[in-house]
Amino acid sequence: MYDFQYAKLTSVADTVTRRTSDDEASYLAGGMTLIPTLKQRLARPSALLDLSGIADLKGISVANGVLTIGAMTCHADVAASADVRAHIPALASLAVSIGDPQVRNRGTIGGSIANNDPSADYPAAVVGLNATVHTNARAIAADDFFKGLFETALTPGELIVKISFPIPKRAAYAKFPNPASRYAVVGVMVAETLNGIRVAVTGAGACAFRVGDMEAALAKSFSADAIKSIAVPADDLNTDMHATAEYRAHLVGVMARRAVASLAG
Amino acid sequence: MTNVTVTVNGTSRSAEVEARTLLVEFLRNKLNLTGTHVGCDTSQCGACTVHLNGKPVKSCTMLAVQADGQNVTTIEGVAPGSDLHPMQAAFKECHGLQCGFCTPGMVMSALGIIARHQGRALDEKTVRQELEGNLCRCTGYQGIVNAVLLGAKNMGVKVA
Ligand SMILES: Cc1cc2nc3c(=O)[nH]c(=O)nc-3n(C[C@H](O)[C@H](O)[C@H](O)COP(=O)(O)OP(=O)(O)OC[C@H]3O[C@@H](n4cnc5c(N)ncnc54)[C@H](O)[C@@H]3O)c2cc1C
Ligand code: FES
Ligand code: FES
Repeated sequence: MYDFQYAKLTSVADTVTRRTSDDEASYLAGGMTLIPTLKQRLARPSALLDLSGIADLKGISVANGVLTIGAMTCHADVAASADVRAHIPALASLAVSIGDPQVRNRGTIGGSIANNDPSADYPAAVVGLNATVHTNARAIAADDFFKGLFETALTPGELIVKISFPIPKRAAYAKFPNPASRYAVVGVMVAETLNGIRVAVTGAGACAFRVGDMEAALAKSFSADAIKSIAVPADDLNTDMHATAEYRAHLVGVMARRAVASLAG
Repeated sequence: MTNVTVTVNGTSRSAEVEARTLLVEFLRNKLNLTGTHVGCDTSQCGACTVHLNGKPVKSCTMLAVQADGQNVTTIEGVAPGSDLHPMQAAFKECHGLQCGFCTPGMVMSALGIIARHQGRALDEKTVRQELEGNLCRCTGYQGIVNAVLLGAKNMGVKVA
């Protein structure tokens, strides 16, 4: 690891100001992605700005049909939260499927979506549940947030403060995990929101995406059979040592049907 | 260099570290607590598992400065002197180790499982799932799983 400076500030404003004055500085959340990256010398930040001292980034709350999770909330706390389990159980079961207990005790929802790994789980929840990402500067709709491989709508130095999830009528997440890392080879979030059905896929493409044909079919008939014949083209999907694009395309159908089947009935 | 002060196994310990010093380096090299192992250094194996404020974390994937002002428990701190903690005794009893390299991390993760299951029954499937962050290249895991279940029982946790 190259050396760097370290600072732990206690307010969003001070942290953003410090980051804005130093192009090469980087925010540090749980460090579950950033520290391994630094060890491999794939990044050389001048300074790490630790977000763990900012009270405004913590906590889970429910009000007016919306569940809000602070950016620095770790996966274990989302999984164990009575509010999350009561209002969006699919989100709790997604969180408990991430990595392993040690990773869940450190890794955060803000870090996960800022990083936007193509195989990360949370992007499927953010898109599938039509969440809003609140930053120090603005509110970004889920459909506008994930832009491509490790690419988001965040501008340099923009800090995620919290993510708000409208509570759906029902939702389920089905995931085919990589057996070694538990990252999603493919994960699908199916939700019946107050504004209709959403089907969001992670793991398969450059970033999370929706499957409009499945959403339309499920709106007509909410059953696994209704989407049986809908194939997702493999053209733009990922091929790597774990799975080919064709296999991932196949898994999108299987995981979507599993998610629907767990809800229908 | 920065001064960090961490309460390690109940005692306040301070040292000058670089910002890039990992928590595991602070424990092993500055405090000579070499029970915490480094198996992979890539956040996969869990040999470096310690408790941060009571919760298992991988000390190779955390900076010493991030632990400033916090509580850390290492394998040296689970039982006084040369006594064995009931979980350590269960690993000995059940052949839960061969070379022993993964063992400190396994025990710290096992104690995390116990802490999360107070008042709830623990079964073999849960133990296997919740040991996902710890790799062992010797035992084939069966002895480890048996040890965690026996340790749990001896610590008063209901085993299903
Ligand atoms: C062994 C292992 C297994 C894993 N398995 C899975 C898995 O199954 N599924 C999964 O989804 N993930 C998995 N992960 C990743 C894990 O979920 C991480 O928590 C996540 O990728 C990054 O979150 P973090 O809090 O650790 O962020 P960090 O590593 O601290 O930061 C990541 C990036 O996000 C930026 N950032 C952090 N917080 C903010 C913020 N609030 N605003 C703006 N930018 C920010 C940082 O500057 C950095 O660039 C795994 C990781 C490990 C080590
Ligand atoms: S040494 Fe930390 S996870 Fe392997
Ligand atoms: S006993 Fe040798 S690695 Fe587990």
